[in-house]
Amino acid sequence: MTAPHLEVRNLTMAYGERVVQQDLSFAIERGQIFVIMGDSGCGKSSLMRHMIGLNRPVAGDVLYDGAALWQASEREQERLRRKFGVLYQSAALFSGMTLAENVSLALVQNAGVTAALAREMAKLKLALVGLAGFEDHHPSEVSGGMRKRAGLARAMALDPEILYFDEPSAGLDPLSSRRLDDLILELRDSAGTTIVLVTHELPSIFELGDNAVFLDAERKTMIAQGKPSELKGSAEPKVRAFLSRGRL
Amino acid sequence: MAQEIRGGPPVARLVFEPTELEAWDSALVSFVFSAASLAAGAEVDVSALPAGTRRLLDLARAVPPVALGRPPEDNAVTARVGQASLHAWSTAGDAVGFVGEVVLALWAMLRGKARFQGRDLMHAFETAGVGALGIVALINLLIGAVLAFVGAVQLQQFGATVYVANLVAIGITRELGALMTGIVMAGRTGASFAAVLGTMTVNEEVDALKTMGLRPTEFLVLPRVVATSLMLPALVAYADLFGILGGTFAGVALLDLGALQYLRATRESLAVGHVIVGLVKSVAFGMVVSLTGCYYGIRCGRSAAAVGEATTKAVVMGIVLVVVVDAVFTVLLHLLHL
Repeated sequence: MTAPHLEVRNLTMAYGERVVQQDLSFAIERGQIFVIMGDSGCGKSSLMRHMIGLNRPVAGDVLYDGAALWQASEREQERLRRKFGVLYQSAALFSGMTLAENVSLALVQNAGVTAALAREMAKLKLALVGLAGFEDHHPSEVSGGMRKRAGLARAMALDPEILYFDEPSAGLDPLSSRRLDDLILELRDSAGTTIVLVTHELPSIFELGDNAVFLDAERKTMIAQGKPSELKGSAEPKVRAFLSRGRL
Repeated sequence: MAQEIRGGPPVARLVFEPTELEAWDSALVSFVFSAASLAAGAEVDVSALPAGTRRLLDLARAVPPVALGRPPEDNAVTARVGQASLHAWSTAGDAVGFVGEVVLALWAMLRGKARFQGRDLMHAFETAGVGALGIVALINLLIGAVLAFVGAVQLQQFGATVYVANLVAIGITRELGALMTGIVMAGRTGASFAAVLGTMTVNEEVDALKTMGLRPTEFLVLPRVVATSLMLPALVAYADLFGILGGTFAGVALLDLGALQYLRATRESLAVGHVIVGLVKSVAFGMVVSLTGCYYGIRCGRSAAAVGEATTKAVVMGIVLVVVVDAVFTVLLHLLHL
């Protein structure tokens, strides 16, 4: 039996002695758009930080094609990290670099690509997210939505198998948000990229999500899993209320 | 009223009857809310209050207060000393780990395997070098002048004014040139490193580096530590020149000595050993200042206030460590008769 593309196994997260979420287990298939949702403060972004190797779980592990991230050596962790790209909530672009330099950094440092070739590839990635011509702009010179798209271009630099998005619509107007959703869908459909989406934006959840987990802040664990449209009829009142904005 | 409610018999009914109320604002709502909270369990009659006030009260009471369950803070002196000691111990352990990471990164750099941008290194050279020339020159010029002035006043009493040049030359090259430059760099470059890296931490840029498979210690810290450690000796040599120049101005102005005579006395008193001692110290000061700035920047919290805190800590700790390292050098050099 082949291992799942991405698996979270018995994961427990804590900050000091405060447990945030416990016993989280789910698997994500290749090419799936997987949504991590829940009310504010339930630990959605924390879960993503544990999945991408920024925070060490107190128990459990995250497996990429069967390889356990938190049991791996540092060198192996670096190899596993190249399987995924991350679009942070704030885009996290390097403010001292142009958009093209932001995108080409990983290509030069990790893939050993020459600076000239990396710039050409960066131009392509920026064009894919609708930012052709903005290569030499600094992050402070473009709008919030453009920064998010540039962050996505940077996350896509090494053609990752998995793309993580942390609240991609946060701070964006409805049109920019919609455009980003379309881009996510396009990426999955064209390149077969697996998408992990941390969000509480209902339109995005319903439009994009193939599968989802719902984290509950009170019970400190996941209380539902399934396709978002099907979770509307969940046995859990909290999940039903969340997915219908409280209009039960 | 609060004392009456707390001190008197249990309140069974609390009635609010405003008789001369013409206008109201949230102060009234706050008063009624507090009074009703104090008389918990009592029947509260607010029917005579304006409708808007009642609605705001209902809104405030809609969600019951949450018991956060935080343990009460122990403010006893012993508890605070204990907590501060534990914090200091864990910070010291963490700092040692950080220095170890930088040493490994330096080793990787020497083997040509460290991943960082050459232009970051050049920029760090500029920040820690050229950018500091003005302030280093000014401070050391003044320190040299002050040293000569104080020395002249004292030595005049013994008719030994000619030794002012010796005092300034040895004092500046062996001790004050390096020390003052180290302190200036802690306030300037150390603070800059902490602020830049702290802001990058807050903006998730450091996280982004990690998830791109790049090590922040190699990519961000190493160029800054290398550049500062290499630039400090050059800055201190430059500082020595300005210190002696300041001493010359003051010496010539206060004493009956010609500039050439003063400079000749300086040359005769100045052994190469004194200059080398100052330069060797400066490498250590450069390491201490840059490591401290980078440490507090990388370990910054995730808020704007945390960046300010990290910068302050970097400057204070940088200055303290420069003086401590200087003291250690002084004792060691004395023991070694150097």
